[in-house]
Amino acid sequence: MEGPVLKIEHFSAGFDSNQVLKDINLSIFRNKITAVMGPSGCGKTTLIRCINRMHELIANARVSGKILLDNEDVFDIDPIIVRRKIGMVFQRPNPFPTMSIYDNVIAGYNLNGIRVAKVDRDRIVEESLKKAALWDEVKDVLHRKGTFLSGGQQQRLCIARALAMDPEIILLDEPTSALDPKSTTHIEELVVHLKNTVTIIQVTHNIPQAARISDYTAFIYLGELVEFGPTEKLFTVPKDKRTEEYLTGKFG
Amino acid sequence: MKDSALRRRIFADRAFQVVVVFLSFCSILPMFFILFFISKNGITSINWNFLTKLPAPVGETGGGISNAILGSALLIVLASIIAVPLGILTGIYLSEYRKGKFAYLSRLSVEILMGIPSIVIGIIAYVWVVKPFGSFSAVSGGVALGIMMLPVIVMSTEETLKLIPDTLKEASLALGVSYPRTILKVILPAGLSGIVTGMLLAVARIAGETAPLLFTAFGSPFMALSLFKPVSALPLTVFNYATSPYPEWHALAWGASFVLLVFVLALNLLAKVGMRKWKVQF
Amino acid sequence: MLESTGQMIQPMNRADQETQAQAARLRYRAGLTLSEPAFRKILYLAGVSVLVLLIAIFLSLLFASLPSIKKLGIRFLIGRTWDPVTSQFGALPFLVGTLVTSFLALLISTFFSIPISIFLGYYYREGKASSFVKTVIELLAGVPSVIYGFWGLFFFIPIIRFIEVELGAAPYGVGILASSLILAVMIIPYSASLGREVINLVPTDLKEAALSLGATRFEVVRKVILPYARSGIFAGVLLSLGRALGETMAVTMLIGNSNFLPTSIFSPANTMASVIANEFTEATGAVYLSSLVELALLLFVVTTVINVIGKVVIIKTSVT
Repeated sequence: MEGPVLKIEHFSAGFDSNQVLKDINLSIFRNKITAVMGPSGCGKTTLIRCINRMHELIANARVSGKILLDNEDVFDIDPIIVRRKIGMVFQRPNPFPTMSIYDNVIAGYNLNGIRVAKVDRDRIVEESLKKAALWDEVKDVLHRKGTFLSGGQQQRLCIARALAMDPEIILLDEPTSALDPKSTTHIEELVVHLKNTVTIIQVTHNIPQAARISDYTAFIYLGELVEFGPTEKLFTVPKDKRTEEYLTGKFG
Repeated sequence: MKDSALRRRIFADRAFQVVVVFLSFCSILPMFFILFFISKNGITSINWNFLTKLPAPVGETGGGISNAILGSALLIVLASIIAVPLGILTGIYLSEYRKGKFAYLSRLSVEILMGIPSIVIGIIAYVWVVKPFGSFSAVSGGVALGIMMLPVIVMSTEETLKLIPDTLKEASLALGVSYPRTILKVILPAGLSGIVTGMLLAVARIAGETAPLLFTAFGSPFMALSLFKPVSALPLTVFNYATSPYPEWHALAWGASFVLLVFVLALNLLAKVGMRKWKVQF
Repeated sequence: MLESTGQMIQPMNRADQETQAQAARLRYRAGLTLSEPAFRKILYLAGVSVLVLLIAIFLSLLFASLPSIKKLGIRFLIGRTWDPVTSQFGALPFLVGTLVTSFLALLISTFFSIPISIFLGYYYREGKASSFVKTVIELLAGVPSVIYGFWGLFFFIPIIRFIEVELGAAPYGVGILASSLILAVMIIPYSASLGREVINLVPTDLKEAALSLGATRFEVVRKVILPYARSGIFAGVLLSLGRALGETMAVTMLIGNSNFLPTSIFSPANTMASVIANEFTEATGAVYLSSLVELALLLFVVTTVINVIGKVVIIKTSVT
C-alpha cells in the first residue's frame, strides 16, 4: 500500500483557553473511507475543520503540530489553496440559495473567478452530478434554484459541488444526521462508490454507519485519539477499553 | 356577593376591550383624514401641465411643479451616491464584527446619527458646504439628505446580513473562495432583498424631509439643475406655498402634497411587499 | 485553478497546482485581486467613518456656537428676550416652547399609543385586523412632517380657533395647543410600534399562568403585562420624547412664530427647532447666526442623551 495521503503529526488544537484536541497522530490512506467517531464534544468536528483550515476562522483559535497533505504541511500553504484541494460537506445541506443547481455545482469556479469554457463547464457539472448520483433527477431542471430540492437531494448537490473542484480529499461532517433514513441510505451508498475517486474522511456519531461504510475508523474521546485501525478489527476486537465501552453504548 | 364581584370584573374586562379598540381606531383615523384632505384638494391640480411646467408668478394661474419633481430626484440621487456605498460597507462591517469595543462604538454612532433632528443636519450641511462655497446648492442638500440616509441603510444592511446563516459563509469558504469574494459574491447577493428594501425606506425617509433643505438646497423657482446652485424640491414647494398668502399657491401646495404623499406611501408599501416577496429562502 | 484573469484554462491538472499556487500568491501581492487584509481594512474604515462623522458633527456645532457662547454665556439659557434687532438672544422662550409642546404631545399621545400597543401586542396579535392596523401605523410614521403641518393648518386650526372664540381668547388658531396636537399625532405611530414590541415580548407563560388562575384579560394587562413591560414602555416614551423635541416642520407651521415667552396654551410661540427654521436664512451677524447654531447644539445634545438613555433601558430590559 502506498504512503498515506494525509498525515497528522502531534497535532493539538483549541480556542481561547479550551484545549479541544491533544497530540493527535493519524494517517489517512488514499481512496479509502476513514470514519472519525466519538461522543459529542470529543473534538472530531474540530479535527476535520483543522484539516481544511476552517477551524482558524473562529476567533482565538490555536493549533500546533503538523498536518501533511502529500508531505506538505497545510499550515504552510495558503488556506485558500488547501480548501480547494480538500473539500467539505456539512451537516446541514447548504446550497447557495441565490444560485441555480447548475451554478451551485460550478460555484467553486464561478466564485473564484476561474474562467472555464462552456463546454468544459457543462462537462464538469454533468460529471459531478453523476458522481453524486443526482444527475438523473435534476438534468432537466438545472436552471432551477437549488433550494427547491429535498434534503437528501440538496446534500447530494453539496457533494457534487465539492466534487467539481476535483479535490484529493473530501471531509464529510455528519452528512446524514439531518436526513431521513431513505436519504441516509442513498448517501451512504454514494460515499462508498466515491472512494474510487477521492479519499473520504467522515465524521459520524452513528456507530452502525461507521461500521457499514468505512475502511478505517478513528475513535476520538475527550480530545485524544484513543484508537485507530481497520474498521473490522476495531469493531470486533478493539484494543482499548474505552473503545469497547463506546461501541457497546456505555457512553455516547 | 362573589357573583356580583365577578360580574363587575367581567364588565370591566369588556369595557376595557371596547376602550382599547376605540382608542386604537381613533389613532389610525388621521391617516384617512390626511389621505382624504390631500386627495380631495390635490387631485384636482394634477394634470399634465402641473407635472411638467414651472411655477407661475404670483397672480397667474396654471403653474406647475416640474422643477420640484426633478429637484427632488436630483437630491435623492446625490444623497444616494453619498450614503449607499458607505452605508452598505458599514453594514457589512457591523454584521461581520459583532463583538469588540470598536464595533460597539461604531454601532452606537449609527444609532445616535439616526436620532439627530433633521434641522441640525441642515445646519451641519450649511457649515460644511454652503458656507465654504458661498451659496446654497444642490450638493449641500445632497450632503444633508445623505447624512440622514446613511444610518437607515447601515441598520437595514446589518439586520439583513445578520439573518443570513453562517453555514452559507462556511460553504463558500470551504470551496476555497477568499473572504472578500465570499462576502461580495455570496453573502451580499443573499441579502440583496433586505438591502434593497432598506434603500427604498431610506429614500422614502428623505424624500419628504424639508428642514435640512431650508438652508442648503433652499429652493428655486427655476429649473436650475446645476449642482452648485439652489434647487427646488417637493417638500420645500409644499412648505413655501402652503405658508404663502396666495390662494393660487395653496392650490400648488395641495397638488405637490398629493404627489409627495403618493410617492412616499408607494415606496413604503413597495418596501413592505418587497420584503415578503423577494425574501431568499435558506 | 487560481487565476482570475481572462485566460481560459483547462481545470484540474494536479501537476500544475503548485505553479498555479505560486502565481496566485504573486497576484495577491500585486494587488490585482482583492486580498483579505485590504478588504478588511476597507470595512474597518467604513466602521470608523460613522464614528468620525458623529464626532465631526458635534465639533462643528460646538465651534460654530463659540461666538455666542463666549458673548452670552448663561444669559443665553435664561434670558427671556430674543430680539435680534437689539442683539438680545435669550433663548428661554424657545426652551419653554419646546418643553411644553413636547411634554403635552407626549401626554396626549401616550393616552392613545398604550391602547394601540395593547391592541397589537396582546389582543390582536395576528389576523387581518392586526396587519391592517400595523400597516396603517407604519404608513403614518412615514408621512412627511410638512404634510402633517399642511393638514394641521386646515384641520386643527379652524377647530382651535372655534374653541378660542368660545372661550373668549384671541383667535390665533396657531399656538402651543395646535402644535402639541399635531406633534402628538405624529409621535403616536412611533411610540405605538415601540410599545407593541415591548408588550409582545412579555412571556406567554406568565400570561397563561394568570389566565389559568381565572384572571380576565383586563386584569392580565393590569397585573402582568404592564408591570413587566413597564421599563420598556418607559423607554418607548423616552424615545418618543427625543423624536418630539427634534420635530421641526409641522411644529413650525402651527406654532405661530412668536419669540415671546408663551403665557397660555393658546399663545403663539416658537420651539428651538422652529425658530431656527424661521430665522436662519435671515440671520445676519456672527452672534445671531451662532446663537441659532447654539440652539442646534442644544437640540443635538439633549436628543442624543435621551436617545442613548432610552436605548440603554431597552437593552437592559430585553436582556432579562
